[in-house]
Amino acid sequence: MPLALQSRLIPFSLKGTDGRTLRPEDFAEAKVFGVIFTCNHCPYARAWEDRLIRVQRDYANRGVRFILINSNDPVKVPDDSFDQMKVRAQAKAYPFPYVFDDTQEVAKAYGATRTPEIFLFDESRTLRYHGAPDDNYEDPAAVRHQYLRDALDALLAGSTPPTPETKAVGCTIKWK
Amino acid sequence: MRVEFLYWEDCPSYAQALLRLREVVAEEGINSEVEVIRVDTEDQAQQLRFLGSPTIRFDDVDMAPPVDQSYGLSCRVYLTDDGRVTPLPSKEMIRRALRSAVRTREV
Repeated sequence: MPLALQSRLIPFSLKGTDGRTLRPEDFAEAKVFGVIFTCNHCPYARAWEDRLIRVQRDYANRGVRFILINSNDPVKVPDDSFDQMKVRAQAKAYPFPYVFDDTQEVAKAYGATRTPEIFLFDESRTLRYHGAPDDNYEDPAAVRHQYLRDALDALLAGSTPPTPETKAVGCTIKWK
Repeated sequence: MRVEFLYWEDCPSYAQALLRLREVVAEEGINSEVEVIRVDTEDQAQQLRFLGSPTIRFDDVDMAPPVDQSYGLSCRVYLTDDGRVTPLPSKEMIRRALRSAVRTREV
């Protein structure tokens, strides 16, 4: 089961593609903090990747910070190895840290099962949105419900996201 | 014409892809049943030359042969005409591949 809404953020400490080890405390200044499970290889993650980059850039000046976590077993999916994560982060000029959950303990603690899967925390680090970025992985022009953007707008305005939980749609996390 | 649809349940778009395939086959007037094949194991994936879910073949030819033809249980990447990644082939992509297969049979 995924982390329930209104739960507190679960701490972690994970190494990023830039060589730094990151913890949620490193984002203490963020008004909204997104923990996003994703990976390199999954077509759903890749279909949404540019949109997540755009959202992070659009909201960076408003105190929104995301961290992307890859929990996949690189033995099963070599494209999701730490070295390949570095390549992807650089190639796409990620505006957010991309960290590796090599023990998969963070994904298990959050109850994440898919890539991508978003856990969005408010300023007090309470979970306020969980699920997909929007309602159309296939075509950005056909999106009708911007779940993530709507949740961010609501949280930044001090209110409740209009749709606090949606189904995470994507590849399954590849467990060891 | 042999029309095969291979899928892995872990990839959520397979039902939509199958629906699109059936619609295109009907719209193009092809009198063939779509063979639906569920792939559950890596061994099966190797045996069935499964390039990821969903895989569509017309007369044993993949609808969009990838450069890297590695077989296994995965969700498949398709590229749209404008270069976007999608897990779900569009009806137009399926239609183009089907028409190409029909032309090949006619030669």
